[in-house]
Amino acid sequence: MNLTLHVWRQSGPKEPGKLEQYEAKNVSPDQSFLEMLDEVNEHLIKEGKDPIVFDHDCREGICGMCSQVINGVPHGGQERTTVCQLHMRRFSDGDTIYIEPWRALAFPILKDLIVDRDALEKIMQAGGYTSCHTGGVADGNALLVPKPDADYAMDAAECIGCGACVAACPNGSAMLYTSAKVAQLAALPQGKAEAAERVCAMTDAMQAAGFGNCSNHYECQAACPKGINVKFIARLNREYQKALFK
Amino acid sequence: MILDGKCPKGPIQTSWDRHRFDLKLVNPANKRKYKILVVGTGLAGGAAAASLGELGYNVEAFCYQDSARRAHSIAAQGGINAAKNYPNDGDSIYRLFYDTIKGGDFRAREADVWRLAQVSNNIIDQCVAQGVPFARDYAGYLDNRSFGGAQVSRTFYARGQTGQQLLLGAYSALSRQVKAGTVKLFARTEMLDLVVVDGEAKGITIRDLITGEIRTHVGDAVVLATGGYVNVFYLSTNAMGCSVTANWRAHKKGAFFANPCYTQIHPTCIPQSGDHQSKLTLMSESLRNDGRCWAPKKKGDNRHPNEIPEDERDYYLERKYPSFGNLAPRDIASRAAKEQCDDGRGVGPGGRGVNLDFSAAIQRVGEDTIRERYGNLFEMYEKITDENAYKQPMRMYPAPHYSMGGLWVDYNCESNVPGLFVLGEANFSVHGANRLGASALMQGLADGYFVIPYTIANYLAKTKPGAVKADHPECKKSIEDVKSYNNRLLNINGKKTVSEFHRELGKIMWENVGMARSEETLKDAIKKIPVLREEFWKNVKVTGKGEELNQQLENAGRVADFLEFGELMAKDALHRNESCGGHFRVEHQMPDGEAKRDDENYCYVGAWEFKGVDKEPELHKEPLAFDNVHLAVRSYK
Repeated sequence: MNLTLHVWRQSGPKEPGKLEQYEAKNVSPDQSFLEMLDEVNEHLIKEGKDPIVFDHDCREGICGMCSQVINGVPHGGQERTTVCQLHMRRFSDGDTIYIEPWRALAFPILKDLIVDRDALEKIMQAGGYTSCHTGGVADGNALLVPKPDADYAMDAAECIGCGACVAACPNGSAMLYTSAKVAQLAALPQGKAEAAERVCAMTDAMQAAGFGNCSNHYECQAACPKGINVKFIARLNREYQKALFK
Repeated sequence: MILDGKCPKGPIQTSWDRHRFDLKLVNPANKRKYKILVVGTGLAGGAAAASLGELGYNVEAFCYQDSARRAHSIAAQGGINAAKNYPNDGDSIYRLFYDTIKGGDFRAREADVWRLAQVSNNIIDQCVAQGVPFARDYAGYLDNRSFGGAQVSRTFYARGQTGQQLLLGAYSALSRQVKAGTVKLFARTEMLDLVVVDGEAKGITIRDLITGEIRTHVGDAVVLATGGYVNVFYLSTNAMGCSVTANWRAHKKGAFFANPCYTQIHPTCIPQSGDHQSKLTLMSESLRNDGRCWAPKKKGDNRHPNEIPEDERDYYLERKYPSFGNLAPRDIASRAAKEQCDDGRGVGPGGRGVNLDFSAAIQRVGEDTIRERYGNLFEMYEKITDENAYKQPMRMYPAPHYSMGGLWVDYNCESNVPGLFVLGEANFSVHGANRLGASALMQGLADGYFVIPYTIANYLAKTKPGAVKADHPECKKSIEDVKSYNNRLLNINGKKTVSEFHRELGKIMWENVGMARSEETLKDAIKKIPVLREEFWKNVKVTGKGEELNQQLENAGRVADFLEFGELMAKDALHRNESCGGHFRVEHQMPDGEAKRDDENYCYVGAWEFKGVDKEPELHKEPLAFDNVHLAVRSYK
């Protein structure tokens, strides 16, 4: 099939950007979205033009590196799918596709489709861990974890840190990302000791990094390639309230 | 030269404990005076940086991704082994040790493997304490499953995302140290040279992938944990950025490369769909717990798999290896699948695939249980192939997956260049010629959490901290070398893209140095690779500048290294006149097609010394001794 692409090109963080038009010809329906872009790039290189730069790595939907807004939706809008796992069979011959980078105040554009997601690191560094030491920990079965709690923690832990939740949110909020880590650790006995300190530190870091607040649009959940549920935001709020009254 | 692995003598059961006691220590107050550079932030590098930072060392950690959390360890699906014997099915440190030595086809070092088995139990405890949500049973205890090459259930898992969860555990420990100020993290940087001063590793030269700046970081020791090199095949299960570059540049600065020909071809990957493809996707081996592998008995049987009756299916693994069945080790399962396809009984496009069928398991335990165990894998399969594996068998074909070879290291994980330590997949140490399932995660974390913190102290205790400064002539030279190398790439301005060269190299490698190798195919590769390399340096087109974000330049450097490394890999495979594990030489097989080892002549580690591009590398040998597991024909029948 043949497609028309409108791609955001921006040479640097301070340069102005704009959409440019490209043709993608003879696209196979079995190609992934990124493989389609690879081919467009091969043509651009041969013409001596700068290829479109975009973030990608594992290309199997788990590293969280790829980050494109396709036709207005982060990761292209197929349920629970990263861009790298989006296949061209979801498009039709003659389609026009708009490709842009993550849009959020906290994610400055570095070049073309690549943004700087360091703000997410800052949130993790504020408290997204248990302060256990290497070695000198108890046997894995010393603290029992009921299966429902382990499953709940795992549901939250599936977050791949791609930032689609931020890009989808009208407020540019990182609540879903933050809540996933807070909820995971709050649900496990290993994480309980520091739960109050953690939720306060991570919430502060989130605000300091320039993310907006949550106003219950649920766009984050809709865009999340791993289906992280907004119930974790409720958990985050509850943990925060608990911590304030402690 | 006979290499010394420096393994402790005496009874193996106490070897690590005795060695650990004998290692020198660094006084707590002195630790902060030492700077350690850690390259790579996957399971091995992330765990190492976190643990060393926690001990009080000054750590600088580097990764090419935008976050340490994205290292390719994150993609491991199935699980991590430990000898806990929680299921009471007869596991022990000795049994894990034994299975790993045998699984590696007797080409790994006994002492290293023993240590791995011993510390495996600490790893589980460590990860649980970090809040890794391992699978639990309803009583709250940790759950286990079994994996290829084992008859006990010793694999701990977190759905089909074990690698992700373990990496996030290490990443959280690392984040904690970044906050504490003991670790400085440099994301989006790539190591392009090793700085060696008076024969010792004292720094690395990196390229800042955003600004293009080339600069040197100096330290008192360098730790490489940069993963594997199977992207030399172009199509592999590795992430796109995985490369041999850091290892290869260290090799060019004197580090020996050991057993490069040992590559693992993983049996359960989604078959290739066309020439446009950029990578292959692995499906966890744990699927073989419940999935049954079969091919049609009749050649060219094009019927829908569900329409092929039971008695016209060949469950070839169960037939050939009744005691291990579908859980036969990876090299054996891969070769068996290839055999079916070569015999004209493959399924899917081009007949390059076999079925992995869950219908019996779904009938036995119900679709919900299967969904619980492998749900995300089924989802992933459907996204890529558009097929529902609950309703019809998955199609599988072997694909390059893991490198058992790597830089040579001694028992301390130290290379032959003093001060250069190599961990995880980047070293050669514990897997031998074949890696059993759920042991890569184990090795990464064992090396990072529980080996390097002890062994690196032994080196540092003999080293004056801060001896080399950033203005040392070797640093300046290294920066100049890297700059001129990159400029050379940028100035060729030829006609072919980097990807075109990579694809061509991959084709040579897969056809000649892939799942089955012969003297003829290897000699063919050794002839073709230098020709392609020469063309690359005349005709590659790299757009853009060095002083900017330039993905073409990044890729060009990586492919340039693969073009040199691929030749070494073929040479190693040619010199090793035997079959063992993942290294299958068609001239050396048993009458029934199994790999035939030659212990009399090849029971050694082959470590190569770089002598220059287009020059013959020199082979050094480290003899392997098997005092605890006796050399035997590896049988899974």
